[in-house]
Amino acid sequence: MNLIVERERGLLELEKRIAELRAANAQQSLDLSPEIRALEEKYSQIQREIFGSMTPWQKVHMARHPNRPTAADYIAEFAQFDELHGDRHFRDDHAIVGGFAKLGERSVMAIAQQRGRDTKENLRRNFGMPSPEGYRKVQRLAHLASHLGLPIVTFVDTKGADPGIGSEERAQSEAIAACLYEFTVARVPIVATVIGEGGSGGALAMSIADRIIMLEHSYYSVASPEGCAAILWSDASKAEEAATRLKLTAQDLLQFGIADEIVPEPTGGAHRDPAGTISRVLKNIGDALDELASLPAAQLKEARYQKYRRIGAWQNERLEVVKTGP
Amino acid sequence: MPDWLPRRRAKNEQAEDAATWSKCPKCSEVLYRRDLAANLWVCPRCGHHFRMSAVDRINITVDGDFKEIGGDVLPGDPLEWVDKKKYATKLAGDREKSQLSEAVICGTGKIGGFETAIGVMDFHFRGGTMGTVVGERISMLLERAREFHLPCVIFTASGGARMEEGMLALMQLAKTTAAVARFREDGNFFVTVLTDPTTGGVSASFAFQADVIAAEPKAMIGFAGRRVIEQTIRQKLPDQFQTAEFLLEKGHIDMVVPRTDLKATLTRLLDYAAAGHRARTAAS
Ligand SMILES: [Zn+2]
Repeated sequence: MNLIVERERGLLELEKRIAELRAANAQQSLDLSPEIRALEEKYSQIQREIFGSMTPWQKVHMARHPNRPTAADYIAEFAQFDELHGDRHFRDDHAIVGGFAKLGERSVMAIAQQRGRDTKENLRRNFGMPSPEGYRKVQRLAHLASHLGLPIVTFVDTKGADPGIGSEERAQSEAIAACLYEFTVARVPIVATVIGEGGSGGALAMSIADRIIMLEHSYYSVASPEGCAAILWSDASKAEEAATRLKLTAQDLLQFGIADEIVPEPTGGAHRDPAGTISRVLKNIGDALDELASLPAAQLKEARYQKYRRIGAWQNERLEVVKTGP
Repeated sequence: MPDWLPRRRAKNEQAEDAATWSKCPKCSEVLYRRDLAANLWVCPRCGHHFRMSAVDRINITVDGDFKEIGGDVLPGDPLEWVDKKKYATKLAGDREKSQLSEAVICGTGKIGGFETAIGVMDFHFRGGTMGTVVGERISMLLERAREFHLPCVIFTASGGARMEEGMLALMQLAKTTAAVARFREDGNFFVTVLTDPTTGGVSASFAFQADVIAAEPKAMIGFAGRRVIEQTIRQKLPDQFQTAEFLLEKGHIDMVVPRTDLKATLTRLLDYAAAGHRARTAAS
């Protein structure tokens, strides 16, 4: 059960009560405004309690909220979208959606991880967990974008790459490794946005980028909290502890210098105002593309190289400190 | 029954005895470690390839001198990780146990006469997991190889990305990929030898970005761990699944090479690449 769904249930009931009282107030001569005010106060108090300072584990649940806008909701707000299908080898993976798109006036290649919005769609989209053919589609579209000189815009939202038998038989490792490679050598600007879950190598495969944007309550982690708990402690029920230790929130990643910017969400999460959230995200993507557009390809690639080259190189400095000790 | 056997089976076995004898995990044959070493840590009875230490691997692969690169890059604790133990304590324990400072040794040396940049991962240090130091050392190795136009051979052995370094560990997939791409774009030759086990973040990055991918017999290679897949599909997987032989049949790797043939095979590969390099240099 989703923690946020559970916790916001009381709020939604209050919201309904307030609306009812307001309607009644308008019709009756009886003045209900004190009751309304009291309820509104209670409402904001609960809202502060729930969303004022969310724990990492609550943020993971917010990222997984069933009503949270998915990649399709973002792509729908592009001025134009022409979907391209398939990996040219095996099949069309519906966990990946991609194609030519217009973001305002700009022509781009949009590539996204797409989870389902209900059980039926989730089965079709494998809960947003791409298979090797999905990553080969990503690779193909990224290559095409680089070939044509179109910037790449990705939306990341996956628990991780599919861990099934078929995926192993069709070389999931190679498919992800090849995506990483393609994004590394791309001669065009890449802007990646983590809109929900950023699970492990399966998310990284679409987010080697010149600019990484994260939604306020999205997460990005070396493994899903459940996966980490299973790996380290053979106990998936310790996921909450893993979520705390992994430093996986957007705010943590901004500190590490992995995320470049955070797009704020309305109180209660992106699903409380999808249109507003989406338009803010698209504006930030557009701004990032405008900045990157002026860089020549060689400079862009060099900056991208240095950006990743620096991550985790700080031990050298610390070692110097240790060396100068007694 | 040999007279040392009861002592071996006793709970308080002496350290030097444990160091002298090893039991084959496959066929249960008890082997004198000196014989095992002479046979390149391959069971003479059943051919099982024991997991090797990085130092032993270098000794059986490199002709003479080996000049280490990045040995002074040491792990920190960027997440200040604590579970049952502190990450720092886990690192200290592995350092003690494996006599290594991290899960990979990188450097340059000759293989069959060819000067080569060589990286060797070691499963005995944090399960060969890739954290910031492994990523940094591999990147330094590839940068050195690129600078001197050396071919690069990396022996992988890894359970994937290191959880205790969180996203900084995951970013090492990106960093090593960038180093591989730069190295290869200059026309250099990259070989990986996948040893038991090679999974997760290492298999999904530089292990599968090589020009030639070899594997040792029966090595376990895959993206998701066996346990994860079995939990997902709720059934046992066949023994053959995710072995080197399975990957060869599916077309994911170039060759499965027994350890006893490995150095000769690598030497031949390096020779082909050197011939190509000579021809290109002459033509330009
Ligand atoms: Zn044996």
